[in-house]
Parts: sequence; structure tokens; C-alpha cells
Amino acid sequence: MELKTILFYLFSAILLFAALRVITARNPVHAVLYLVFTFFNTAALWLLLGAEFLAIALIMVYVGAVMVLFLFVVMMLDINIDRLRQGFWSYLPFGATIGLLMVAEMALVLSSEYFSTASFPDHPISASVSNTKELGRLIFTDYVYPFELASVILLVAIIAAVMLTLRHRTDTKHLDPSKQIAVKASDRLRIVQMSVEKPVTDCAPKEVLT
Amino acid sequence: MEAILLNFFQWMWGPYWEPIWAYIAPIWPAVWTLLKIVAIIAPLMLCVAYLTFWERKIIGWMQVRIGPNRVGPWGLLQPIADGMKLFFKEVVIPSQADKQLFILAPILSIAPALAAWAVIPFFEGGVLANIDAGVLYLLAVSSMGVYGIIIAGWASNSKYPLLGAMRSAAQMVSYEVAMGLALVTVLMVSGSLNLTEIVLAQNKNHVPVMNFLTWNWLPLFPLFLVYLISGVAELNRAPFDVVEGESEIVAGHMVEYSGMAFAMFFLAEYANMILVAAMTALFFFGGWLSPVSFLPDSALWLFAKMAAVLFFFLWIRATFPRYRYDQIMRLGWKVFVPITLLWIPVVGIWMMSPWSLWT
Repeated sequence: MELKTILFYLFSAILLFAALRVITARNPVHAVLYLVFTFFNTAALWLLLGAEFLAIALIMVYVGAVMVLFLFVVMMLDINIDRLRQGFWSYLPFGATIGLLMVAEMALVLSSEYFSTASFPDHPISASVSNTKELGRLIFTDYVYPFELASVILLVAIIAAVMLTLRHRTDTKHLDPSKQIAVKASDRLRIVQMSVEKPVTDCAPKEVLT
Repeated sequence: MEAILLNFFQWMWGPYWEPIWAYIAPIWPAVWTLLKIVAIIAPLMLCVAYLTFWERKIIGWMQVRIGPNRVGPWGLLQPIADGMKLFFKEVVIPSQADKQLFILAPILSIAPALAAWAVIPFFEGGVLANIDAGVLYLLAVSSMGVYGIIIAGWASNSKYPLLGAMRSAAQMVSYEVAMGLALVTVLMVSGSLNLTEIVLAQNKNHVPVMNFLTWNWLPLFPLFLVYLISGVAELNRAPFDVVEGESEIVAGHMVEYSGMAFAMFFLAEYANMILVAAMTALFFFGGWLSPVSFLPDSALWLFAKMAAVLFFFLWIRATFPRYRYDQIMRLGWKVFVPITLLWIPVVGIWMMSPWSLWT
């Protein structure tokens, strides 16, 4: 067996194990970390396919940014694991139905004409061609409209997310940094000149005992 | 290099070399790569040790103190003594901690710090893996360093570590954005993601003799500043060291760690410092290129540039007070990200104009 094939099965096996642990791990933080591990193995599989740009982008975007924030949120949650596991059997038929539906849909999509390898244009990729450069050229020439459309949709999502969370609260102790920087000592502090002791005027001895 | 080494073995082993080579030959590429990795990591670890010493000395001098001067001549053996002490100390695992993750966290923080060195070129052709997507690899690997901190904070099952982890998660993700966007313009003017090509693209020599004027730092000066400051923030170093924040949360994610586990975080921080210095030198200071045309290009230039950037890191640590957390976030999102986003079209138009420096 070729080394590449051995590596493929190794990464696939770890990938499946990690994916299984995502849904079976008792602790949600462990589940998130297994998901990170899953992404890593996916990236390794893509590297084996020679798609180094996609593999590294997956790690950069999902592992480096998305999962960090996900972990951030999961760590803040106060999750009672025992209560989560209540009613497992009563939810099982419903969950299993949805799961099976998704598997069936995936099978239908992947077995269709559109996704068969025969429908892909036969591009022999030579090793000298830079993956990244080729991808960039395609995105900005052949697929420029879908690309622009996707970016507009993302922009709409960003604006919507900002608008949903933007609230002008009046009771916050919000500080304006430009005002803070512009502040002078005289705005905060008043220097009063005063003598250290009260002036000695009327406590001088009136008469000297003899 | 490889041939010299093989010749040396042949000379050393004499007639026995042929049968030995018969065994080694199939795995030789892997052995050779391992040797190269050792040749990068071993000096790096030594540099990390002496960077801590240099830092203490420089901050000492800046604060009119002497700094460490007891162990060995001029205190030169101080980092060795510190390392020995940490090495022989017990690693205490808190009873309520998540043990596996508690042990995994220091490993996760040092592994990316070392793995990133795979794509750093030291001179033309002097690189372990000359991959096309070198910059992407660097960004991806350095963005994983935050996991060590977050997991350490959570697995310790303690208040201050968790606060430190939360701070670092938000801070590192925020500054990665500014850092990545600042690098986009560097990629635009170099036309490549390969680090060697980025360095060679700076070798334009528009100005006679003074080659250093055409390196990226001058034409892309605002982005250079954004990159450098984001780099400091990404390293969690002063003045952005709220993650550790001795006066507020003791040592953040490292509170519960002792002995070698603590030392791993320390090693990772300093290895990352050297890495960011190397990246700054490669992206903005022309890597191994010589600053003047009458001196030859050499890896020594790269080391000199890295040392200058490292000195800058130590200098600002000794100079500036710590940022307040909301101001860190404001600087990242409301100052750096708009500057970089504005500068991308500016550089794009500049490149298309007749005054382009990068034709």
C-alpha cells in the first residue's frame, strides 16, 4: 500500500473517532475540543488531496477564529450535564428521524450526476501551478458573480448581527477615549496655595513672668 | 550541505559506511529533515533562554538597576540556573483540575510556537519547507497558540486563570484580524504567499546604495506600525499583557502551573516573540537582504534585524504602562482595522498608477 493511502485511512479513522466523540463526550468543552480535532484531520485529508490553500484556510478560519469564540461561549455556560441527559429516550425517535433524513439527503446529493467525478472538468494540476494563485484567478474571473454575491450576503449578515446587538444604553459608564486623552490636570485638580501653619498672631505671650 | 555531511560519515566510518548506508538510504529524507529541525530548534531554545536574560538586563539598565549578575560571569549563567530550577520542581496538578487538559495546555501552547519555524527562510534556499502558502501557514499556526492559553485557563478550574483565558481569547482573535489585514497589502505588493519571494520582491533598489529605503517598511509605513503593534498584542506582552496582568489576576492562565509545565508557557511566549520578530524582519525589513548595496546579503542581517525588533519589544515593556482592556479592544477594532481596510485600496490604486514601485 502506498504511504498516501495509509495516511488517508489513518486520518479518516481519527476523523471519524473525533467526530463520534463530539456527540458522545459528556463535557461540552471536551466536545468542542474534539470538534477542533476533527477540523484538523479534515485539513490533513485536504492536504493529501493537494488542496493546500483550502486546508490551511480551514485551520485559519475555523480552528483559529470560529472555534476559539465557540469555546469562549461554551466555557461561560453553566451546563448541568445530568439535566441535559434527561429524556434522552423520548427524544431519540425524533432525533433519529432527522438524522436519517440528513443522511438520505447527503446520499442523494453525493450520488447525483452533478457531483460525480466525471462531471468535473479534467484539469491535470501540475505541481508547478500554485494552488492559491489558481484559486484567486478563478474566483475573480470565472466565478466573480457568485463570489461577489456571497460577499454581499456576508456583509448583510454582518450588518444584521451588529444591528441586532447594538443598543444605546444610557446607564453605562461609557468612556470616550478622546475626551480622556484631551483632559488637562486643571480639569480634575485644583491646587490651593496655603501656608503650612496658621499665622502666629495672637498667641504670643502677653507678659513674661519674672 | 547534505553532501558534506554524507562525505563526513563516509570518511568517519570508512569501509563500514556502505552497509550502514544500505540501511539508512530509504529513510534518509526523513532523517535529513529531522536533522534540519534540530538545527533550527536547538539554537532557538538557546536564544529563548538568553532572551529572558537579555530582557532582565535591559529592563534593569533602563530602570537604573544592574539586573541579574550573580550566577556566572556577568550573570551569564542565570537562564541556565532558572531552567534547572524549573526542571527539578514538582508539577502540581490541582485536585479539581481537568487533568488531561491541564497537561495538554502547555503542549498546545509551545507546539505552534515551534511548528511555525518550518516555513521561515533564513537565507535564500535556507528554509525547512519552502511551501507556496507560507504566509497562510504562519497565520494559521500562530492563531492556534491561543488554544494553549484558553485550555489552561479552563482546565485549572480556578477564577483568575478563567479570567485570563477569557481576556486572551477576545484579544488574540481581535488582533489577528488587524494583523492579517496588514499582511494583505504586503501580499499585494509581493504578489506571492511564499516567504522567500516576499523577501526577494523587496530587493528593488530604486534608491542607489541605500537599499533599505525600498523595503516594505517605508512604502507601507502605516501598515508596518499596525503590524508591529498587533504583533505585541498577539504576544500578550506589555503594554497589552492584560492576560497575565500581575497586579490584577496574578498571572492569568499560568496561576496554577508550576515547574516544567509553567516553563513551557514561558518558552512558548519567548519563542513566539522571536517568531514575530522574524516575521517582521521578513515582511517589512527585507529578511536577509543587505541594507546597503556594497555589503553582501547574509543570514546575519536577518538575525540583526530580529534582534532590533526584539529590543523594541523589551524597550516598550520597560516604557509603557498596561492598557485598559476596553481600550485594547477599541484600538484593535476601531483604529487598526479601519486603517488597514482603508490602506488596502490606497495601495491597490498606487500599484495601478504610473508611480507604482512594484512593477
